[in-house]
Amino acid sequence: MMQKGIYTRYIYPFEFFTIPKRVVMVPMIRFIVQKLVFMIVSLYVLVTATFVLMNAVPGSPLQREKATTPQIQANLEAHYGLDKPLIQQYGIYLKNLLKFDLGISMKKRFYSVNKIIADSFGYSLRLGIVSVITSVVAGCVLGIIAALHHRKFLDHLAMVLAVIGLAIPSMVMAPLLQYLLAVKIRLFSVAGLDSPLDYVLPTIALSSVSIAYIARLIRTTMTEVLHADFIRTAKAKGLPGHLIVWRHALRNSMLPVVTYLGYLIAGVITGSVVIEVIFAIPGMGKFFVQSVVDRDYPLIMGITVFYAVLLMVCRFLADIAYALVDPRLRNFKKKVA
Amino acid sequence: MLNSPKMKWRSILSAVLTIALAGTLLAACTSGGNKNSNDAPTPVGNSPGTNTQSNDGGNGEPTGEPKEFRFTIGGEPSSLDPNLFTDSQSYIVGIGLYEGLFRLSADGTSQPALAESYEVSPDNTYTFKVRQGAKWTNGDPVTAHDFEYSWKRILAPETAADYAYMLYYLENAETYNAGEATADQVGVKALDDYTLEVKLQNPTPYFVDILAHQSYWPVNKNAVEGKPDWATDISTLVTNGPFRMTEWQHGGKIVLTKNPEYYNADKIHFDKVTILLVEDNSTVLNLYQTDKIDWIGAQAGAVPTDQVQQLIQSGEAVVQPVASTYYYLFNTTKKPFNNVKIRKALSMAINRQAIIDNVTKANQQPAYGLVPPSVKGADGKTFRELYPDNYFEENIEEAKRLLAEGLQEEGYSRFPETTLLYNTSDGHKAIAEAIVDQWRQALGIEVKLANMEFSTFLEVRSAQQFDIARSGWGADFNHAVNFVYDLLHSTSGNNDGRYKNMQVDDLINSALATSNDKEAIDKLAQAERIAIAEDMEVLPIYYYTTVMMVKPGFVNVASDFGGQLSWIYGDKQ
Repeated sequence: MMQKGIYTRYIYPFEFFTIPKRVVMVPMIRFIVQKLVFMIVSLYVLVTATFVLMNAVPGSPLQREKATTPQIQANLEAHYGLDKPLIQQYGIYLKNLLKFDLGISMKKRFYSVNKIIADSFGYSLRLGIVSVITSVVAGCVLGIIAALHHRKFLDHLAMVLAVIGLAIPSMVMAPLLQYLLAVKIRLFSVAGLDSPLDYVLPTIALSSVSIAYIARLIRTTMTEVLHADFIRTAKAKGLPGHLIVWRHALRNSMLPVVTYLGYLIAGVITGSVVIEVIFAIPGMGKFFVQSVVDRDYPLIMGITVFYAVLLMVCRFLADIAYALVDPRLRNFKKKVA
Repeated sequence: MLNSPKMKWRSILSAVLTIALAGTLLAACTSGGNKNSNDAPTPVGNSPGTNTQSNDGGNGEPTGEPKEFRFTIGGEPSSLDPNLFTDSQSYIVGIGLYEGLFRLSADGTSQPALAESYEVSPDNTYTFKVRQGAKWTNGDPVTAHDFEYSWKRILAPETAADYAYMLYYLENAETYNAGEATADQVGVKALDDYTLEVKLQNPTPYFVDILAHQSYWPVNKNAVEGKPDWATDISTLVTNGPFRMTEWQHGGKIVLTKNPEYYNADKIHFDKVTILLVEDNSTVLNLYQTDKIDWIGAQAGAVPTDQVQQLIQSGEAVVQPVASTYYYLFNTTKKPFNNVKIRKALSMAINRQAIIDNVTKANQQPAYGLVPPSVKGADGKTFRELYPDNYFEENIEEAKRLLAEGLQEEGYSRFPETTLLYNTSDGHKAIAEAIVDQWRQALGIEVKLANMEFSTFLEVRSAQQFDIARSGWGADFNHAVNFVYDLLHSTSGNNDGRYKNMQVDDLINSALATSNDKEAIDKLAQAERIAIAEDMEVLPIYYYTTVMMVKPGFVNVASDFGGQLSWIYGDKQ
């Protein structure tokens, strides 16, 4: 039944992933182009801002505890192009960026930033994907349980667990897990990602916050949805509880989670510094901090650009995902949430 | 309804899009791990070891269990190119991969390695005979030409090497590095394949000690020429040492195996050395306690500070002195620290042992001089044994008196506002707070504290924008001149306090000019005495130690004099 107002109709199961061609396709293309243009402009602003900030901070990548002679300093600066005026350095950098060349690291001689990212991203990505899947699954389960038993014991229990996950920072949880489950009881290995079992501890530490967050999101949204008319209709029709949840309630509650996932995925697959340091995972998380400490300009820029692109792509995919998940949002003339 | 062509097309399209989305994620997952690494696992769950591209197929494995030694280093080596690296991580890996004319032994002496013999002539010319039969991992023989090539490369201005100054002892080296001379004019020449002639700018009695430093290691011209990133990957790395690299997982792990073609293969007992890259000290300790590594200490992993005392008590950890000194630097260009009495007062008013017992807690030794105890002297004795650091004593009464006199001389009625600067770290903070408290109690003065991130701190310190700054200095090679010249000579770039005393400069200059090592050391000791006993140029606090743990059965793995792991000749029994 088409309604005039928005959000008063629910999603029929078969509408999941169907795209009414005429309504959506043309605005969809315009939508994509708009977003792409916006992404490129944002990226440009980001690169410029990072470049300015980076050069404004005192300290230089050529700083060493032992003083080097002025001649050696001059040689180093010439080698890295740091003796050119800033505008020129900026121009050179932009030019290389267009060729997808992120430059050569100043701290690790002769390693290109592309190589550094390529070598390390794989580990962060793998752990990140496992963590996202775990977060979604565990978060949904927790959230559904809470919503189904709203205001009763199980709801409170689930929410307490969620808050614990939110409250304990990863730098406390990670060493604790490592000590209890890898040293005291030799269930898992202390460090590295060599075998599937090695993923367990870092994933728990990494996902605890997002599980909590997703659980709360699902709980809030689903509690509302469960009070809707169509759910009562489904119950009246005799549909068993789990099917109500799976086919009807969950889909209608997923939207906020999709928004959150957009940011979560980008953030998690680029690696968490704390988790990677404690579990000795050679991912790219540490470069976010290390490169700034080292004033390694090309690496700072490269990492920032990489993360920004990833984030924008994920947000973009999330926007597309709305349209796929919720036919009510396929009217692209209205700005999507 | 699902049968209509429109619906069919829609469901196909939606299915395709879903698969595409999932596919891109998974594709990124597998390709990201494989791209430039020779040995990263493809599917989740495969051990990296099984997918390794091995450079050394199992050739002639000895019967019985292969002897393996495992330890950690704090991070990826900055470079494995001997002309370029400056950090301990690269050094510890590098001593296994490369061999120079001389090699540093665990007791701190420079032992001949590829230098079979040498002669010194009165005009400061060394002639080295290079051992025959040594090979690079690409099959080339190691010749004197490799040394000439390598030393000229590190001095070449285009290379922009940090440690180029370590070769300034060579004739015309400094001018070549400044771009004012040609490579041919530099005082190193291969007379034939196995004879190397080295001409020095000045008589340098300790030149042989310096030759063990990584800046003097050879590199293979065929491997290096035209390939600036030759040392960044296992496929292009060419080495000549007792071990060769068989696995390199960037950021994760390095595996070395014994080089069967090493000329001294009999002395090498380990078959395999696994080096894990782990930054966090608690993780290192956990790995040790779960038997995943065999060693902690000496820049190859570190024991977490809060566990040190407990582990020393239980006997699992031992402490050893290291050639580094922790001290505070006075800015002698700024009032009131231009006044020697005030400097002396501050130095005599603190209780070093109390700091060691209660703050740093790793059995360090109180320092009253600059040159640490493990630096060698002459005649088989260490520098400190020959010249004890009895330059002054802690004495609060005397300190109070000196402070009052000094303030009066400078025209102050009370101690002016002073800031103690240190680079951000819990360790430095604890020490600084303790010392400020000691000054408060002993002298009744109030000193402020300020901390900065390391790079910023270095900039500020080099620009003399401080009152008192924390400082530390470690030996580059085993000779007192590394401390005395670098920290006390008025023209030295590392003399951030801008200390200047012509008498000290003269003594150091004449020490550098003599060819008699014992005489040189004596002059350096005199210089140190003046600088500290008379001038109190710095406020020495303690000499560093390293805390080490090793699994039973391992011998000949130890900290060298400079506090770095010496493991080449180790054995497992």
